[in-house]
Amino acid sequence: MFRRFHRSIAALGVLLTLWPIPGAATLQEDLAGLGNGSFATRMAAVTRLGASGAGAVVPALQALLDGRLHRRLADDRVVVAEERGSVLILTDPLTGAELAQTTPDAVDKIRINNRLRTLIRATLGGLTLRSPDPAQRLVAAQAVFKGRDFDLEPTLRQVLEREAEPAVKAAMTKALAALRLANPGESAVRVAAATTLATFGGQEVRALLAEVAATNPDGTPREADPEVHRAAVAGLALVEERLRLMNGVGNLFQGLSLGSVLLLAAVGLAITFGVMGVINMAHGELVMLGAYTTFLVQELFRNHFPDAFGWSLALAVPLAFLVSGLFGVAMERGVIRFLYGRPLETLLATWGLSLMLQQLVRSLFGPTNQEVGNPAWMSGAIETAQGLVLTWNRIAIILFALAVIAGLALILRHTPLGLQMRAVTQNRPMAAAMGIRTGWVDALTFGLGSGIAGVAGVALSQIDNVSPNLGQAYIIDSFMVVVFGGVGNLWGTLLGAFSLGIVNKLLEPVAGAVLGKILVLVGIILFIQKRPRGLFALRGRAVEA
Amino acid sequence: MTTRHHLPGFLTGDRGGLVLLTLVLGAALLVPAGNLLLAESHPLHVPTYLVGLLGKYLAFALLALAVDLIWGFAGILSLGHGAFFALGGYAMGMYLMRQIGARGVYGHPVLPDFMVFLDWQQLPWYWYGFDLFPVALLMVFLVPGALALVFGWFAFRSRVSGVYLSIITQAMTYALLLAFFRNDMGFGGNNGLTDFKDLLGFDLQADATRAALFSATALALAGGYLLCRFITASKLGRVLRAIRDAESRTRFLGYRVEHYKLFVFVVSAMLAGLAGALYVPQVGIINPGEFSPANSIEIIIWVAVGGRGTLFGAVLGALLVNYGKTWFTGALPEAWLYLLGGLFIGVTLFLPRGVVGLLVGRRRDLEGSP
Repeated sequence: MFRRFHRSIAALGVLLTLWPIPGAATLQEDLAGLGNGSFATRMAAVTRLGASGAGAVVPALQALLDGRLHRRLADDRVVVAEERGSVLILTDPLTGAELAQTTPDAVDKIRINNRLRTLIRATLGGLTLRSPDPAQRLVAAQAVFKGRDFDLEPTLRQVLEREAEPAVKAAMTKALAALRLANPGESAVRVAAATTLATFGGQEVRALLAEVAATNPDGTPREADPEVHRAAVAGLALVEERLRLMNGVGNLFQGLSLGSVLLLAAVGLAITFGVMGVINMAHGELVMLGAYTTFLVQELFRNHFPDAFGWSLALAVPLAFLVSGLFGVAMERGVIRFLYGRPLETLLATWGLSLMLQQLVRSLFGPTNQEVGNPAWMSGAIETAQGLVLTWNRIAIILFALAVIAGLALILRHTPLGLQMRAVTQNRPMAAAMGIRTGWVDALTFGLGSGIAGVAGVALSQIDNVSPNLGQAYIIDSFMVVVFGGVGNLWGTLLGAFSLGIVNKLLEPVAGAVLGKILVLVGIILFIQKRPRGLFALRGRAVEA
Repeated sequence: MTTRHHLPGFLTGDRGGLVLLTLVLGAALLVPAGNLLLAESHPLHVPTYLVGLLGKYLAFALLALAVDLIWGFAGILSLGHGAFFALGGYAMGMYLMRQIGARGVYGHPVLPDFMVFLDWQQLPWYWYGFDLFPVALLMVFLVPGALALVFGWFAFRSRVSGVYLSIITQAMTYALLLAFFRNDMGFGGNNGLTDFKDLLGFDLQADATRAALFSATALALAGGYLLCRFITASKLGRVLRAIRDAESRTRFLGYRVEHYKLFVFVVSAMLAGLAGALYVPQVGIINPGEFSPANSIEIIIWVAVGGRGTLFGAVLGALLVNYGKTWFTGALPEAWLYLLGGLFIGVTLFLPRGVVGLLVGRRRDLEGSP
């Protein structure tokens, strides 16, 4: 009964909002009306304030709703009072300007009752829905969707007709449909609302439809109207199917993201293994060095150029390439070149190097995780209405990994070094006979592969903990990518990394993260039996090397 | 040199092996005697902690022997031998767990504490029979052996060799590491199996039990050495060495390379399992950390330091490196990883034949100089 009455009041308010916008003087008059003793006068004042459509009245109404609006006893002026210690700070409700300081007994709080409260809420909703700022209108429409306050239905209908911004219009349509479906009304209108809602999809819509489609414990629908119930059930099925699809797309994205991380970690390994037949067990530590370089660069920016922090990664990438690359060349010249033709011994020696690098970093920086930040442009996410969340740092890493591969493919194909590297990979003695200094090519190749490991470290520092154990976490996965994809072939590494990443993430919801990983490992072990040299095997003499 | 005529053929000329056997068998007698018979004040008294430590070293030495058998003689560099060691250890651990009976914290007559904690109602099927020592002992050999058989059969048949084999053995132990970390597996998850009480009715904390375990480990090491020496000195051993040096050529000569490799791989896995089973009661715990790939690689360095392909070198290397580890992690913990890393590099670069190569090489230089 009350509800209907409120609604008529609200409708009145909406009618009044169509009046021309009055000047500030009228606003002050209406505001004074709020201080009047009778509830009826206050309601009329709220209605007129709402009708003004002026954004300035929003804080005043909000203050009234929160019980912060007071009447000054001395001059009956309506003010906002904030307690600060034992005194009250009085401000003007419309301008927010500070008026005076006073004691609590100098003012009288303006009381509201339930009817007034409902009216204020509706008016506030209507006001923000009419705000000239599209972002505010969008927020208001989303608030209406969540609040499902049927009093706002007429207002919403009106503003929807005049709305030009597509995103806001969609949000309003969705909110209107939600209002109509959630409240009693004409069958046809509610059925149409359910259908409209279903086209939007998303978790919120799913919850709303599920509410209407719910059944009692005895199996009978809780919703009295069978037509509406049926529409809700159909809509729910549609929304859930789309949610599942989105979930799948989300998993795929996760897989691509993991795949790009694996790709970055493994591609340097693939190069060194492909050209020299050397398994570099210290590869993970070169990745770690890249991550620590990022940390140092960011510290530099934090302490000296905090404004340019967004650019820190732009400096970290080439520096990490240099640091890890130089370490790589030093390793090759200092240790690995004495062990050519003895791949197993190389494996052991590089493992020794990896232990020493880990301990070196632990001694220098301590065993704990280091704080590496995301630049502002990499934080946040794209969220679609369907509930799909794509974080920017993951997207950036996918793109970065692809860029690194593209750059590498260019180097291998179109530079003299690339030509020599390919020649040495395919037939070392013949390349040497043609005058290629294979020793130099080895050193540069190792440097290139190591440098890319460093670059991978920059990317990993954005999504993982930077600690001395960073490299260990990736080394086995990188090996898996290399043996799965086959060596000496960028495509093999690319395909291997992405397929392992995606399979891993698709298995995760089914089997759980750990079991999924175990299954992938077992799968690779079996795969190697079938194709001992990976997806893309090198043919020719290199095979028996 | 009259003893030579009384030796079995496969020990003839194996001077290093004979020294090793003498030392190990001597230790099997003297260390327990020094612990149990001599008073604590006696200068030659062996404290109990040392008995346990030496026993641990000997178990590692047996593991190194197993790795040397395949790496030194057949050229199979397994980076997953820690997995076989750990599986043997788990088999023994399961027996020890069942022996606890109702003496656990929760006092359940059958279920180990961690199962009660996880609210399990009954024993998983694969825990049946582990309350019987002979069954557990059988499993110490069978489980690692079966895994090695299946894994090796697939790998060698498809001619996966060299670094590829190394990497997939590493993947194998990594997969097992992940699997044993799961509570659902029923092996105690992260914490593993521990709080053992007694073995065959003997209190594990008692000095006599520890001394007996030490002797058993020493005997197992001696037995393992004899077995490995027997295999490598036989004709089969010569084929294995041929495979190590020129696999394709051996295959072309008509030998079924994969059968030889599979045989020696399974034997080696069983020896590793036995080493694990001897290790667990002496250290009192087995947890998934034993499966970590880093552990498996460390075994390789024991063999490499001692001298690959000599058997007694592997034992020597395991003892040297582990003694070094105990000393350094106590005195200079920061330096240990540098030293271990340096060992890997130094040995591969400068001592391809290990410490034994150094000793034998110098003697040869002396004898061979005109």
